[in-house]
Amino acid sequence: MFLGIDIGSSSSKAVIINAQLKILGKAVFNTGAGTQGPEKAVGAAFREAGISGEKIKFSVVTGYGRMTYDKADKQITEITCHARGAAHMIPSARTVIDIGGQDAKVIRLDKDGKVENFVMNEKCAAGTGRFLEVMARILDCSIGNLSSLSENASEEIIISNTCTVFAESEVISQLSSGAKRENVAQGAHKAVAKRVAGLGSRIGLAPDVVMTGGVALNKGVVAALEKETGQKITVVENPQIIGAIGAALYAWETASKLS
Amino acid sequence: MDKNISSKQILNDMISRHYKEALEAKKSGERVAWATSIVPQELLETMDIKVVYPENHAAVLGARKDAPAFLRNAENNGYSNDLCSYARVNIGYANLKESAAGNIPMPDFIFCCNNICNTVIKWYENLAREMRIPMILIDTPFNHTFDVPGHSVKYIREQFNHAIGQLEQITGKKFDHDRFKEVMKISAETARWWKKATALAAAQPSPFNGFDLFNYMAVIVCMRGKQEGLDLFKLWAEELQGKIDRGEGPWKDQPEKYRVMWDGIACWPHLADTSKILRKNGINLITSTYPDSWTIVYDSDDLDAMARAYSSNYANRNLAYGAGNIVQIVKDFSLDGIIYHSNRSCKLMDFRQYEVQRQVQEQTGVASVIFDGDQTDPGAFSLAQYETRIQALMEMMEQRRNERLSRR
Repeated sequence: MFLGIDIGSSSSKAVIINAQLKILGKAVFNTGAGTQGPEKAVGAAFREAGISGEKIKFSVVTGYGRMTYDKADKQITEITCHARGAAHMIPSARTVIDIGGQDAKVIRLDKDGKVENFVMNEKCAAGTGRFLEVMARILDCSIGNLSSLSENASEEIIISNTCTVFAESEVISQLSSGAKRENVAQGAHKAVAKRVAGLGSRIGLAPDVVMTGGVALNKGVVAALEKETGQKITVVENPQIIGAIGAALYAWETASKLS
Repeated sequence: MDKNISSKQILNDMISRHYKEALEAKKSGERVAWATSIVPQELLETMDIKVVYPENHAAVLGARKDAPAFLRNAENNGYSNDLCSYARVNIGYANLKESAAGNIPMPDFIFCCNNICNTVIKWYENLAREMRIPMILIDTPFNHTFDVPGHSVKYIREQFNHAIGQLEQITGKKFDHDRFKEVMKISAETARWWKKATALAAAQPSPFNGFDLFNYMAVIVCMRGKQEGLDLFKLWAEELQGKIDRGEGPWKDQPEKYRVMWDGIACWPHLADTSKILRKNGINLITSTYPDSWTIVYDSDDLDAMARAYSSNYANRNLAYGAGNIVQIVKDFSLDGIIYHSNRSCKLMDFRQYEVQRQVQEQTGVASVIFDGDQTDPGAFSLAQYETRIQALMEMMEQRRNERLSRR
């Protein structure tokens, strides 16, 4: 068995695969680097797979918290792991859009599914999951309900500030002057989409465009991104664990080379 | 020069002496100039004027982690946080005049050349105005054409002549044209040896790492017109050739795995961190766009050629030159990758960076990465982000190498 762990800034993910690359266990915990999240995710993945730690031949850790996690055999960046995981799930993928808690990245893949080039957000939370969390808090709505709230939007609202702190005060003033929460929620999705589409246009979005990461669960963002980029975007099944799947695949590959 | 002393020891000694002598000269009543990093220093050297370079000083303060107090001072006095951090450090220093990391004397006049950027004009104008001292400006128009056009050469040459008059007026001394020829000769020769030494990094493995380059750069900035600068680069080139002959790489404890160039200015406050992370991944930074910036080479006594040389700095040349220059560096130095520093301070360099990256990638296929940072403002850099990007670059280079090997 092979273990892949993805420790993000706001969640921890673990995936266990066998030599036939079948997923035996997977888990997501909504606490990330610096918490018990990684241990809990690994433990839950083991329970789902019905195995114990000794069965793991090789493990790879990825994500923001990879440097401080010392229980894995190897660490690989989330860029390489997301690319690998996405290409494994959807072999025709040539572009991967991954929006996580604190960063957004667009990765171009070659025909073998290897990283050709990538861009990431600048040292700023615009266009990331954190931006949506801030917006959800102002709208007094859970992050999971932000998408359904936006489905009832009746009017277009533009959030013009890219800075999350500025956008927060912009939205508060819009709400206080009578803007509907639904419209603001949709405006927030559009703001993320604009920012990420901008990243994508720097390196070009070649089809098929595949989306991974927790924000891919938000249908409102995906729809806004499709509109903004003019491209069809395929959301991978279980988008949150794609980085961990990539890590598990590298664990399997590394172990195969070693043996 | 004592042959038993290494060029690195001489370098460190030269730089501390450079600053010490400037401070002493000021105390004894000599005139001191503040100048931009790629000025026609030949004119000042001919007049035997002590010069200090605020950009170099700001970099020193940055590297010794003393920049924040000066950045804050400039901002507190109304300069925007978006302004170049060299400008903010220097403007803050002009006000506070004291740093534990090293001091420079206050100037009697300003000598400014905008071949590196246009921010320097307003930055230096403000200094001159606040201190009520004269400013000499050499205006080198941006070259929208590939080569420096004739009318620009003429315009710049006339400014050299005008500057000579201004210098005579400021110092009350006559400009010695014979001495000028001599200085031109030494300066061009120093630049040639700088280029020669830095070009030795093309050897495989490279005999040095680029962080050495950042250190030696201080001499090409501050002492280009001096015999001791020339001697230093000759000695450095000799040492490097020796290492190449013995097959020695940049590090004693590990081999050079990947060879990259650095586009843009260093992150001085994070020099050790940025360097350590490269080394940890076996990545040797062997060159940058810097070697060519100070390759100010021309025939002695030819003012037109000197004007052309000063206008030819890559920052003052068009996109085709900027991209073509890096494509050539990738080939000459057999690079595996490029690290582009998207430097918050330097709008000029950032402006075309993505397009340069795109063109270079298209023409060479070399892996590259862009990271956000700043030359002297420690707050505009995230170590975790840098490390992830560098590691991703390493993974891309590794994968391309494996593919090349498996094709054979």
